[in-house]
Amino acid sequence: MAAQVRVLRQRIRSAKGMKKITKAMELVATSRIAKAQARVEASLPYARAITGVLTALASNASVDHPLLTPRERVRRAGVLLVTADRGLAGGYSSNAIKTAESLVARLREDGKEPVLYVVGRKGVSFYRFRNRPIEASWTGFSEQPSFADAREVGETLVKAFSAGADDLDGGPGADGVLGVDELHIVFTEFKSLMTQTPVTRIIGPLQVEERPRSEAAPGLLPDYEFEPNPEELLDALLPKYINTRIYAALLESAASESAARRRAMKSATDNAEEMIDKYTREMNSARQAGITQEISEIVGGANALAASGSEV
Amino acid sequence: MAEQLNVQLVAVEEKVWSGKAEMVMARTTEGELGVLPGHAPLLGQLAEPGRVRIKLPGGEQVAYEVSGGFLSVNEQGVTVLAESATPASAASDN
Repeated sequence: MAAQVRVLRQRIRSAKGMKKITKAMELVATSRIAKAQARVEASLPYARAITGVLTALASNASVDHPLLTPRERVRRAGVLLVTADRGLAGGYSSNAIKTAESLVARLREDGKEPVLYVVGRKGVSFYRFRNRPIEASWTGFSEQPSFADAREVGETLVKAFSAGADDLDGGPGADGVLGVDELHIVFTEFKSLMTQTPVTRIIGPLQVEERPRSEAAPGLLPDYEFEPNPEELLDALLPKYINTRIYAALLESAASESAARRRAMKSATDNAEEMIDKYTREMNSARQAGITQEISEIVGGANALAASGSEV
Repeated sequence: MAEQLNVQLVAVEEKVWSGKAEMVMARTTEGELGVLPGHAPLLGQLAEPGRVRIKLPGGEQVAYEVSGGFLSVNEQGVTVLAESATPASAASDN
């Protein structure tokens, strides 16, 4: 009996230790959600401004740029997948990977060759384990991405996209580099604290909404002066715009990751509590059984003594 | 001088500065430029590295070192878009 109590006490202790860890992780994730949301909020003014500038540019100048023109023949399609660096976030990474896989399958069906770009250790190890090629990968910032990270990713993608312009069937074109003709991004949208859904978006070629001047009220979209000329401006602005889009996706994914982790850790904490309750109850009844047995042994012994004493 | 400019300086990661100003000075790839209220709409790429100076109504001045910047002027005011912006000592070069 005493042995059983000891075993149960040991189990309670380890469950309590686990609960402490998961609770701490839950709290950390909770504060990270708020931080990530604040950073999403902080990045909005720039995103709005650059969209406004591009719209103004597109409405005032004839828009003709490689990043804006869909290719006639799409041979290779780049897929940027955003996953987590660490586990313990429920289905966060595996859901994103699943969405990416279905996109890859769809691209293959359309006769396009998917090229993978992966952010986050979880996604990298998924493809490494299956021996599937990854064109490029970035790790170490999934929870707190900075713009510098987004720019690195964006520059690689834009370079690949421009390298794809002259590709021929079955080989690289004049520049000798195999590029891509389309850019997709798979990231996890932060809908609410309870819901995060993986989504796919096309980021290349870009589509700029042109506001025809006739529709706008006169004076609303006046003639702009451009310094330098619109073509050069577009050349400088579009890659930056893609970087901003990637940055926004990374930030949103970070918020989603923390939210998923918070939820996973919350249910782990609840489970640990349940286990502690259950074992405590078992331990108490085992202890009580031990005491009852001891008393009945003593009483039995005393009765036996008394019986034998009265006989003598 | 009743008219004032609405100025916004936004970096990618956060809004850096916003408020009323009398004049905004910056250097685009084409040359130095000063924007007063009522300026014609303009879209410019800032020179690298660029310094943006904002003259406040009181005569004071704030300055920022800006990289990867653009300048957009419309009726609503002036917007400076930057990849990064750090405060620069306003007293040095004018």
